[in-house]
Amino acid sequence: MAVKKPMRGNEAVAYAAKLARVQVVAAYPITPQTIIVEKIDELIANGEMDATMIHVESEHSALAATYGAAMGGVRAFTATASHGLAYMYEMLWWAAASRVPIVMAVVTRAIGPPWNIHVEHADIMSIRDSGWLVSMAENNQEALDLTLLMFRVTEDPRVYLPGVVGLDGFILSHTVEPVEIPDQETVDEFLPPRRQPYTIEPGPAIAMGNIMPDEVFEKHRMDMHASNRAAEEAVREAGRLYGRLTGRDYSSLVECYRCSGADALIVGMGSWMGDAKIAVDRLREKGLRFGVLRLRWVRPFPWSEIREAAAGKKLLLVMDRSVSFGHAGPLFLEVSSAVEARPSMVGVLAGVGGVDVSYEDIERIASEAYRLVEEKGHVYIPALWYHLGEFYPMSPGPLPTRLPEMPQAPLPSSQEGR
Amino acid sequence: MAVNIKKLPRKKYVLPGNAACPGCPETMGFRYLGMALGEKAVVVIPAGCSSVIQGMWPRNGWGLPVLNIVFAAGAAAASGLARAMERRGVDAQVVVWAGDGGTADIGLQALSGAAERGENIIYICVDNEAYMNTGIQRSGLTPHGAWTTTTHRGNPGRKKPLPQIVAAHKVPYVATASVGYPWDFIAKLRKAASIKGFKYIHLHAPCPVGWRFDPALTHKIAQLAVETGAWILYEYENGRLHLNPPSTRLLDPSKRKPLEEYIKLQGRFRGLSEKDMEELKREIEENWEDIRAVLRAQGGL
Amino acid sequence: MSEGESRGGAPAPVLESGGHLYPVSAAAPGSMGRTGFWRLQRPVVRAERCTGCYLCWLYCPEAVIDMAEGAGPRGQDIPVIDYEYCKGCGVCATACPVKAIEMVDEEQFLMKMLEEDAGGR
Repeated sequence: MAVKKPMRGNEAVAYAAKLARVQVVAAYPITPQTIIVEKIDELIANGEMDATMIHVESEHSALAATYGAAMGGVRAFTATASHGLAYMYEMLWWAAASRVPIVMAVVTRAIGPPWNIHVEHADIMSIRDSGWLVSMAENNQEALDLTLLMFRVTEDPRVYLPGVVGLDGFILSHTVEPVEIPDQETVDEFLPPRRQPYTIEPGPAIAMGNIMPDEVFEKHRMDMHASNRAAEEAVREAGRLYGRLTGRDYSSLVECYRCSGADALIVGMGSWMGDAKIAVDRLREKGLRFGVLRLRWVRPFPWSEIREAAAGKKLLLVMDRSVSFGHAGPLFLEVSSAVEARPSMVGVLAGVGGVDVSYEDIERIASEAYRLVEEKGHVYIPALWYHLGEFYPMSPGPLPTRLPEMPQAPLPSSQEGR
Repeated sequence: MAVNIKKLPRKKYVLPGNAACPGCPETMGFRYLGMALGEKAVVVIPAGCSSVIQGMWPRNGWGLPVLNIVFAAGAAAASGLARAMERRGVDAQVVVWAGDGGTADIGLQALSGAAERGENIIYICVDNEAYMNTGIQRSGLTPHGAWTTTTHRGNPGRKKPLPQIVAAHKVPYVATASVGYPWDFIAKLRKAASIKGFKYIHLHAPCPVGWRFDPALTHKIAQLAVETGAWILYEYENGRLHLNPPSTRLLDPSKRKPLEEYIKLQGRFRGLSEKDMEELKREIEENWEDIRAVLRAQGGL
Repeated sequence: MSEGESRGGAPAPVLESGGHLYPVSAAAPGSMGRTGFWRLQRPVVRAERCTGCYLCWLYCPEAVIDMAEGAGPRGQDIPVIDYEYCKGCGVCATACPVKAIEMVDEEQFLMKMLEEDAGGR
């Protein structure tokens, strides 16, 4: 029987790893992921989880050890955030191109300096080129569900790529929400025994990773790209099955909230899309027909779903919680690429560094975007930064740039005049 | 445990026609690894000569299962692999086969972590005393006075005492070895394989290309290193040190061949000044003094 | 070892290829081609001098030496060299305690072989 319990997002992820019968966990603590590591250690210590924990000495080693275990033929899991993800960056690429299934949770957090432990999407977006599947949870239930889904999808022979489940730092990781934990029997039905293409173990002398002719290397990368795209079908099938088993359907790579009858869409990912839903309810009361197109999956990129949802819409308002410095928010750039006959598009950057963005803020942002469209007929604004209630245009090209007033912290006198 | 050369396995654990330079000590060492550990060994290889020696896909020159891994992660990947083998009940010897760079420099963090955790692996540092694979740049294990492409006037530093650093982690087995003494290396590998916990073997591997000597002399140079006292063969078993032959009788400096015999054959030391030579001799004597101090403390001197 | 350690018996994974191209290769000779072409000199075995000590076999960095048991003139085991891959490093010649292996210039050796072949017709 499934059990509903109040728990933090990090705990939900830990329970998912337990239910998935993970054998090896190698992780290094970093705020706001720490509770995942602590919870797993606790579950193992009290006998609820049969796994080995490797208390590695860094995140680079965390992914390397998780990868080593996966190569040895067992389900392996790790979790990190921010600087930790950056530290293991090299290993991310190595793991993906090895085509070995691994699941990792990323608790999204800003990257410094200055030190900042609050939510931002810079870390998770920085890995989207690597070949890893990338998903983002809206709430703690999704954090658990997506983790289980990721095990199934990564181990699908059409895919055979590692995958990341993102959950927002503190907003989800440390906030208690009711979460339904499926029972072990249900999960065992959903997750077949681990499948992978090969292992490194005593036996025939194979080598993973020695030099390939460049032309074959390129073919390999083409195959990887195709497999990441093939994950779409694997996600839909797994999501459908999960829906049958738990009542929570995940057969779409996106969630469309009040999209029918909408002529404008807020597009984004993560927990603040929950707030966007509330904003949309309020906007609708005021006659602004918004809907929310929430990306559950960033890789594979939900190309068809976005094109379908965008068709006939007057405005796509893409909200990014990080910026690709010098251009615009990464989601905006990706969503723009998917929509051909373009509706108006406005890319809003907000909440960077963990600055709180409430549903009232989102309502204000959406109203402003809609107003711009009404005023100019058709707009294409890649980067509009919403900061403390004000709008700062920061798009590339001929569009104006405006900055807020910057507080000055004087350098010590010995530095001035250098 | 004596090793009968004629009874060693004939199976080729190095496949001929690989990318190694003629006279390469790493292929020599890998053959001994295979002879000692056989079919149970799985080898984790961080970036280094031994990555490239494997040659081109779809073929590979090492006759054991190999997991190539990024430079810094040898010991970490091996830790995960060893745990997986254990959980699945697979009888395996997980080996890290790393160069001096992948061990003493970029790989040191992962090595220390694995040693501290007591991971059940055999870590072998194949020490050719520079970053040979990328073209002979200095490493933390380049000896004093040696020419490399990044120490044109001779290395001002000295070799990091890696075996001692690992031994300080209080792991069950730390040993030095040399490709000039294959039977000694094989015996040590077999001993390591019989121990549960973290084992470390530091294999001296003279490189003809990087050290500038005639490739026909690889094993001879390795033997001269030991015979002159520049390289010392010993084992720490559960913290207890003992020397191995022929280093046993070389505690007495007068029994060693003059260091010049080792140095003069290597082009990398051609620019060695008298001052540098004195410094080298002093360092070598310091290493022997450290050994003596430990033996004395153990009550064996 | 950490607590809650292996209660063992984790199942082997199901290995299924999925039809992809993997960066995985198989152990085989010639991973860098026919490295015999690298040679500037080749080792020639003087079987009459060989004592069957196995040192050349032991030290050969390329594993191109196999010992033919009892094939020597005195019934001793003698080395047989695979010239397809031998790189001509000379370690075997230096390792031999009785100078039973001689390093000869490769080009001269091949020229001589050609002459002998031509002469034999």
